[in-house]
Amino acid sequence: MLTVVIIFLALAILLYFLLGGADFGAGIIELFTSRRNKERTRATMYQAIGPIWEANHMWVIIAVVILFVGFPEIYSKMCTYLHIPILALLLGIIARGTAFTFRNYDAIKGERTQALYNSIFVYSSFLTPLFLGIIAGSAISRKIDFEATDFMTAYIYSWCNWFSIAVGLFTVALCGFLAAIYLVGEATEENEVKRFIRKAKVLNAVAVFCGGLVFVAAETSGIPMAQWIFGNVVSLSAVMAASASLVLLWIVVAGGHRQLPRIFAAFQVSMILLSVGFTHFPNFLMEKNGHNLSLISTHANMKTIETLGTALLLGSLFILPALGYLYYSFRGRQNEQH
Amino acid sequence: MDDFLAARSQMALSLGFHIIYSCIGMVMPVFMAISHYKYIKTKNPVYKNITQAWSKGVAIFFATGAVSGTMLSFELGLLWPKFMEHAGPIFGMPFSLEGIAFFIEAIALGFFLYGWNRFNKWFHWFTGVLVGVSGILSGILVVSANAWMNSPSGFDYINGKYTNIDPVKAMFNDAWFSESLHMTIAAFAATGFAVAGIHALMIYRKQNILFHTKSFKIAIIFGSIAAILQPLSGDISAKHAAKRQPAKLAAMEAYFHTQEYAPLIIGGIPDTVAKKVNYGIEIPGMLSFLVHDNFKQEVKALDTIPFKNQPNVAITHYAFQLMVGLGMIMMAMGALYLIATLKMRQWLNKGWFLKLYVFGTPLGFIALEAGWTVTEVGRQPWIIQDVMRTADAVTPMPGIQYSFYLFSFIYFTLSLAVIFLLQRQIKMVPELYDK
Ligand code: HDD
Ligand code: HEM
Ligand code: HEM
Repeated sequence: MLTVVIIFLALAILLYFLLGGADFGAGIIELFTSRRNKERTRATMYQAIGPIWEANHMWVIIAVVILFVGFPEIYSKMCTYLHIPILALLLGIIARGTAFTFRNYDAIKGERTQALYNSIFVYSSFLTPLFLGIIAGSAISRKIDFEATDFMTAYIYSWCNWFSIAVGLFTVALCGFLAAIYLVGEATEENEVKRFIRKAKVLNAVAVFCGGLVFVAAETSGIPMAQWIFGNVVSLSAVMAASASLVLLWIVVAGGHRQLPRIFAAFQVSMILLSVGFTHFPNFLMEKNGHNLSLISTHANMKTIETLGTALLLGSLFILPALGYLYYSFRGRQNEQH
Repeated sequence: MDDFLAARSQMALSLGFHIIYSCIGMVMPVFMAISHYKYIKTKNPVYKNITQAWSKGVAIFFATGAVSGTMLSFELGLLWPKFMEHAGPIFGMPFSLEGIAFFIEAIALGFFLYGWNRFNKWFHWFTGVLVGVSGILSGILVVSANAWMNSPSGFDYINGKYTNIDPVKAMFNDAWFSESLHMTIAAFAATGFAVAGIHALMIYRKQNILFHTKSFKIAIIFGSIAAILQPLSGDISAKHAAKRQPAKLAAMEAYFHTQEYAPLIIGGIPDTVAKKVNYGIEIPGMLSFLVHDNFKQEVKALDTIPFKNQPNVAITHYAFQLMVGLGMIMMAMGALYLIATLKMRQWLNKGWFLKLYVFGTPLGFIALEAGWTVTEVGRQPWIIQDVMRTADAVTPMPGIQYSFYLFSFIYFTLSLAVIFLLQRQIKMVPELYDK
């Protein structure tokens, strides 16, 4: 059952990254869209994510619940030492979710109020994945120090370091890239498709650049990033598969496909996560003095794991088909007919 | 403000805010499903308009409910990491089921809000019902988690270690039924009165009378029935609390000295130093009767509990009085409505009648917040009754007051924003739905 629970945890994190990430990315794209095209982009985006955004963000809740029920020590230590970035993440989630809903459901579409919702929405779409990445980076950076006695070491340097920030920026770029590729398949006009493809290209370059930043930051702060990625077969092949899928992605885009690129983009991001996840498995949180918290050795008692696993399995019987039908019903082309 | 107080205040603020949105999120879908059903059956477009107008309100509340709930699932760890480290695996069962219920709710909401004219009408209706059902289920589940804090079970606590953990037993603890029942009824009463009040105001102002009369009726029927059941379920809650948390019950009643023929004290100002209540009305034997079903039997008072294990008597007592007082008023208003619709239909359009229900708009939510204050403050100084003290659970990180100020600011702004948006929804009713 422990395996089942760990698989669900990995799945929830991955799906939050892909679906929630594409969602954040839509806001990031809006941030970098020229004023002329904003309205149009916004309309496409709203069509694409309106019905599904609530569901996309449920994955983070599932991940948190799995953590605090199944791996309470990890949850409690992360909440203590990464209190500040988690707080920032929460502020982003609140601002974004409410601004998105308010701008669509405000009965009077006033210019100034809409402009306010828009700016809250786009800036929080940028900040939320930034802090998400910072939290993820900090968990593996070995900067968290359980023995720290002063405020700065315990609560600030644990996350405020070049490596974590580089991971944060990388996350933002990936989210934008995912969204651009996703929107290529949702757009209905030829012009718009072209625009999203252009955006995807730029964001792809930015992501590669930020990926480089992560490496540089890792090297300068003594994190053996290269060894993590190139030191074992699985991570290495995952990274190679990711690069290959990137090439394929641009080939199919050039070939005029609109839906296929999504699969490659999702595959690519999954491979990046797999590569990093695999090197560290089963460690989830790596600590400065080597008190690593691992999924295998710090889990809750077996009875709790059994019930949690059963609940997740039963729940997914209901959730997965329903979610699949939701995506199917509101998929891109479908929207045109209505 | 010290960190401990700040953490408690932030938790209370966040929950107090979330509860309003979640109660509306639980109950409004039920109202919508009723008017949607009437629309499908009667084809009367007014019902379609009501359903759509309500569903826009729900979307706003749902988003605020969802983000504030997401915050809560982190805040439990941000503020009470030691509590979660031990309690998480024990009382996590309802939270994991709740996660599943939320998920279904979010999916169903996507279908419902965006599904007009797109699906089979009964399928579309059903997705709306599903939003309500899973919302109510989530409410019940999360309240059973809270009930576990009042009535911990499903584990053995030996020498500071939690062993023999049984999450299923923990979920079905002694308090889960009485708390969930009372809570669910409260959600219907509070939301019913609030929605009815807003529509009553519009009828009073003679705007879109047809639209608002039908909306008023759906809301007030639920609100009235719930308000009449509420005191009965409150009585069950009090009996349970007396058994498992005598300190809480004694604080609720500001009852200082153990005695036979224990009196019920209504109102009054508790004086915790002199250990008496000034200016209260005493009904001898009534507390014994309420707790034990006979007027004589002794009821344990605060003098049986060491001072360091006692909650704040004044807050608990005032909050309890407020809840019960409002509960009585609401019950009377509920009964009045039922009399009016069954026997005195001419009252229904009278100004005084409508004004009364306009006045009733906030009552349920005030009672709801007061009730939670009773439950939570009455449990202090324990975070897990008789097992872990709240002070031992708080995060070691200093500076929590800043996060408290920040959260207060955010919740304040959000509340203003929601009020602003609702006002605009109501203002647009004539233009959108009055053709
Ligand atoms: C509309 C709101 C509302 C109304 C009118 C009432 N209550 Fe209530 N009450 C609540 C809303 C509430 C609640 C939802 O806020 C609480 C907090 C926890 C719970 O289970 O329900 C609560 C708790 C609560 C408790 C504490 C239970 C515990 O700690 O386990 C008692 C003893 C009562 N109530 C009793 C009553 C009585 C005798 C009422 C008589 C009219 C009453 N309530 C009306
Ligand atoms: C939504 C309804 C709820 C409201 C309005 C509410 C209200 C409050 C209040 C007023 C306090 C502060 C008590 C004090 O420190 O004196 C508090 C504390 C707390 N509540 Fe609740 N509560 C609610 C439900 C829950 C639930 C469902 C849980 C968990 C499962 C919970 C967990 C806590 C915790 C952990 C604290 C902090 C520790 C403590 O003071 O005991 N609450 N809540
Ligand atoms: C510690 C306590 C709590 C936690 C951790 C919590 C967590 C959450 C989360 C994560 C969500 C968002 C899910 C979504 O997107 O639909 C949510 C929403 C919701 N919560 Fe809470 N919650 C708590 C207290 C409560 C209480 C006391 C109630 C009701 C009595 C409640 C009822 C609901 C409902 C019905 C929703 C659905 C959203 C809506 O309709 O607005 N929750 N909660």
